[in-house]
Amino acid sequence: MTTAPTELERPAVDDDVLVDRPWITIVWNDPVNLMSYVTYVFMTYFKYPKEKAERLMSQVHHEGRAVVSNGTREEMERDVTAMHSYGLWATLAKDD
Amino acid sequence: MAVYGFRRGVTGRIVLRVDDVEKGLLTMLLQQLIEFVAPDGELSDDPLAQLVGIDPDAETPQDPALARLFPDAYRDDPEAAGEFRRFTERSLRETKVANATTALATLQRSGEKVTLTPDEAVSWLGALTDLRLALGSRLGITEESLDELAALPDDDPRAATYHVYDWLTFLQESLVQSVMP
Repeated sequence: MTTAPTELERPAVDDDVLVDRPWITIVWNDPVNLMSYVTYVFMTYFKYPKEKAERLMSQVHHEGRAVVSNGTREEMERDVTAMHSYGLWATLAKDD
Repeated sequence: MAVYGFRRGVTGRIVLRVDDVEKGLLTMLLQQLIEFVAPDGELSDDPLAQLVGIDPDAETPQDPALARLFPDAYRDDPEAAGEFRRFTERSLRETKVANATTALATLQRSGEKVTLTPDEAVSWLGALTDLRLALGSRLGITEESLDELAALPDDDPRAATYHVYDWLTFLQESLVQSVMP
């Protein structure tokens, strides 16, 4: 085993060099979709446990929106497409 | 209208119990939904665009109900939203048509009890959601207006639509409870 050096000059990395800064999928509140259905979608599509799905659903309902997933832009476009096919109102954005 | 809706049967299959009047109403609504969301016209002549389902003419719909069914994927970036839409809207429309078509086909089965496969139940979930989104948009439903709509006198032109919406809400809730893992 080894230990890392205690001091190391931080390499200068341009932000753009970092691989795909995380993008996020946001689900927005709407007055039509049922709370039970939104929970079902989060459990079924994202495979979230019931507690997490309900917490996110509740956040959408009370705060107007919730970040439901993050990843590369392509992954988030896939998630947003899936949310739209379920009838949920979703957008993706760069997580600044 | 009698309220039975969807239930999970003893074998685990989802069963929809509807009478003839309800079947007729659901059939009409699903047919209208298919007409409403179906992609209009042929794709462009570009064979590559046809192959991958790109619709170069897709734009944010003017109709609020369609705009809700096919929302912009980027909130503050019209250019990215337009690009995304051209690549995805057509297949999203086809998915919604397929859901409604599947639901419609199950209603052709005889009898008051319609037994669904798990895939058919998922199609029903999507179709009921799309119907409620479209009707909800037409009714101008907001978190605040629900009570007001529920209290409309019967001679208000919106009352009949709201009763249908309310019934679809009941149906969907019964279906969600039936399929909830």
